[in-house]
Amino acid sequence: MTGPLVLASALTKHFGDFVAVDGIDFEVQAGEAFGFLGPNGAGKSSTMRMIGATSRRSGGELSVLGLDPDRHGAEVRSRLGVVPQEDNLDLELSVSDNLYVYGRYFGIPKRELRRRIEELLEFARLTERAREKVDNLSGGMKRRLTIARGLVNNPELLLLDEPTTGLDPQARHLLWDRLYNLKQKGVTLIITTHYMEEAEQLCDRLVVMDKGRIIAHGSPQELVGRYVTKEVVELRLAPESASQLSERLDGRAQRVELLADRVLIYTDDGDATAEHLLRDGLAPRSTLVRRASLEDVFLTLTGRQLDE
Amino acid sequence: MTALPAALRPLSYFWTVYRRTWMADLSTTFFTPLLYLASLGAGLGQLIGHGRPLPSLGGQTYLAFVAPALLAATAMQVALAQGTYEVWGARNFWSGAYRSMQASPISVGHIVSGHMLWVAVRVEIATALFLGVSSAFGTVRSPEALAALVVGPLVGLAFAAPIAAYSVTARHDQPFNLVFRLLMLPLFLFSGTFFPLSQLPSGLRWLAYLLPLWHGVELSRALYAGHFPVLAGLGHFAYLVGVAGAGLIVARSSYQRALAR
Amino acid sequence: MSGSGSQAGMLGSASGAAVPAPQVGPQLAQGPWLRRPLAFASRNFSVQVRAVPYVWASGLIEPFLYLLSIGIGIGHLVGRLPGPSGTLVPYATFVAPGLLATAAMNGAIYECTINIFAKLHWQKLYDAVVATPLSPADVAIAEVGFATFRCMLYAAVFLGAMAGFGDTRSWWALLCVPSATLTGAAFASAGFAASCYMRSWTDFDKIQLVAMPLFLFSATFYPLSELPRWAQLVVEALPLYQGVALCRQFALGYPSASALGHVAYLAVLSSAAGALSQRRVTKLLTP
Repeated sequence: MTGPLVLASALTKHFGDFVAVDGIDFEVQAGEAFGFLGPNGAGKSSTMRMIGATSRRSGGELSVLGLDPDRHGAEVRSRLGVVPQEDNLDLELSVSDNLYVYGRYFGIPKRELRRRIEELLEFARLTERAREKVDNLSGGMKRRLTIARGLVNNPELLLLDEPTTGLDPQARHLLWDRLYNLKQKGVTLIITTHYMEEAEQLCDRLVVMDKGRIIAHGSPQELVGRYVTKEVVELRLAPESASQLSERLDGRAQRVELLADRVLIYTDDGDATAEHLLRDGLAPRSTLVRRASLEDVFLTLTGRQLDE
Repeated sequence: MTALPAALRPLSYFWTVYRRTWMADLSTTFFTPLLYLASLGAGLGQLIGHGRPLPSLGGQTYLAFVAPALLAATAMQVALAQGTYEVWGARNFWSGAYRSMQASPISVGHIVSGHMLWVAVRVEIATALFLGVSSAFGTVRSPEALAALVVGPLVGLAFAAPIAAYSVTARHDQPFNLVFRLLMLPLFLFSGTFFPLSQLPSGLRWLAYLLPLWHGVELSRALYAGHFPVLAGLGHFAYLVGVAGAGLIVARSSYQRALAR
Repeated sequence: MSGSGSQAGMLGSASGAAVPAPQVGPQLAQGPWLRRPLAFASRNFSVQVRAVPYVWASGLIEPFLYLLSIGIGIGHLVGRLPGPSGTLVPYATFVAPGLLATAAMNGAIYECTINIFAKLHWQKLYDAVVATPLSPADVAIAEVGFATFRCMLYAAVFLGAMAGFGDTRSWWALLCVPSATLTGAAFASAGFAASCYMRSWTDFDKIQLVAMPLFLFSATFYPLSELPRWAQLVVEALPLYQGVALCRQFALGYPSASALGHVAYLAVLSSAAGALSQRRVTKLLTP
């Protein structure tokens, strides 16, 4: 279909008095990996549920795959794939039975379903565990199974809500690899996350959400370029030294951010700035020069960290 | 300040928990026997001989026939619930009570005897409540019935100890369902509780003789009526003590194995 | 958009281009309303059929034991009782239909109370399901329907046993099966609705507190006339009594116009509880 796969305008959701999503606008194009980045409670999951037609919007317009999810919920859901934040696999069934039963909810004919299950198990690297009870799987395996399950109906659009939260780094990288694989095959992905690394790795474009509003949007590179400097110098200082920092820097840095445990100095040439400070007599407990990230974007925009 | 003897320390744990949960238990320990007494005792009693004493029931009304049996049956029910789910839960997760007890100077032997003592306390509460209710219904005809306060816990222990020996080793709680449906329910219905045992074919009668509930029912019936037959009574009593004692010994060794680190 | 039969799924195509397979989902979304609940009910089948069979069998053991002990064991003490039409029947014959209705009630409660709570709040099973074309209403229909189906199976088997014991008096007794099924449906609906409002699993003890007096006082073991007048009025308002009275009429072979009243009561209860269930479960699962 032409036009954006998902189009939202002034989308709002409130629960009683609490406003979870406060009039946001965004659009997702076919074939891209689109991200919602923000801390817990930003309204990402609520937005996902509205896109996934499992929650009615309180206001605004929303169109998913050309349909209104409030009016055509079942049809929208039949063409989407969903990977929820919490695993809700059927613990009483085996790995392949989970896929089978779920596939039947979509009305997929049995023979076709069995064929797809084989493919999906291979995709998720779970072929040897097909008959095992889901209970016995590790966290990473369960998450891969959940993703495989979200693909059982060959969806045009896959929604992933915090896909790697709670996984160890190895499992996380394996998952990213699988998602990247999907992206290459042309599946449109919508991902919510509060891990900036995940957003940077996977997303073509993203919006940054906080307290129900969108505070920035663009590709990861655009956002970094627009809101922060190229590099950051991270110092761990004794408190007295920190207060003298601005004089020492003498205009070499764009901004200084004082966090609870360290100081962030935003500058375009981190090495030079760090060298200058050290020559100037500053004796930090540790020094780190790194590239600016989406975490810094969020910090700049809201004054808070993503995982606070 | 004298410390509580080691054998009694588990009691303080169970009592603390009970103080929070006693209201939920009321339904099983109080209302269920009361309802059975009212419905199957009094209600059915009206149908049987129009509520008058019958020779086939040993010269008493049906209500008086059923009431003491329900006392023994309640004791069995409370004891089995304790001996299955409570023991299993204490060993596995919910409370993890056994684990925390083991971390203290309390020995495994004390854990067993402590919990069994608690079972006896719980059964005693149910027994006392029922005794009160049944005397309000007019089924108690002699002060000898007070001795039922001993019979109740004894029947309870005769059931709880052997079953606890199994429960403490069980991995899942699903088999307990079977205990209630295939052991407790048939015993409840067929141990001379609702009709004289002589109605049953001899093979099943012998089965009833072997299991503790019938002995408890006979004892309670005799005490309620005030006709305690010394020889037979002591026989029933000895049997219950024997089963309870053997159960405790088996439980002790089972606990030692199950709670070994 | 939809191509011909089995095209390669998007994962299997070697060229790397996305090849959408025929979209069957929309058909299920728009098809006959029963297809979706059936798809979910088949999940229960998959789980339970593989489960240990004693779970199914145990639902039948209880009424059998009661029939043998109280029906037959006390039978000679009670003698004969007047049935609905006034003719005298043996006690076991009187009690059996009451046990049949109770078995349906217990089966429904077993299936549709704590199970539902567990699936809703612990397993989060329904959350997964509503992300598919199925809706919360489908889930409610499937669960209640499955429980009702189980009740129907129990009823059929128990009726067979009753017939074997000689407790059925006419071909009308066949209507005991739909009667018990309707009773089961009423309790399944009510149980499901109640489960959606419970907040913690300890609340479920209250269900036993309700089921027990229902069992003992719904004219199962003795005629309604044995109770004082005020108690009779209370019992007549209770759903299990309606089921018992309905089954008894048919088992003893003396159906009367009151059967229509009982059926209406149970049908209204099922529908009302069903509507309540749907509203509540929709609110819970798709806030």
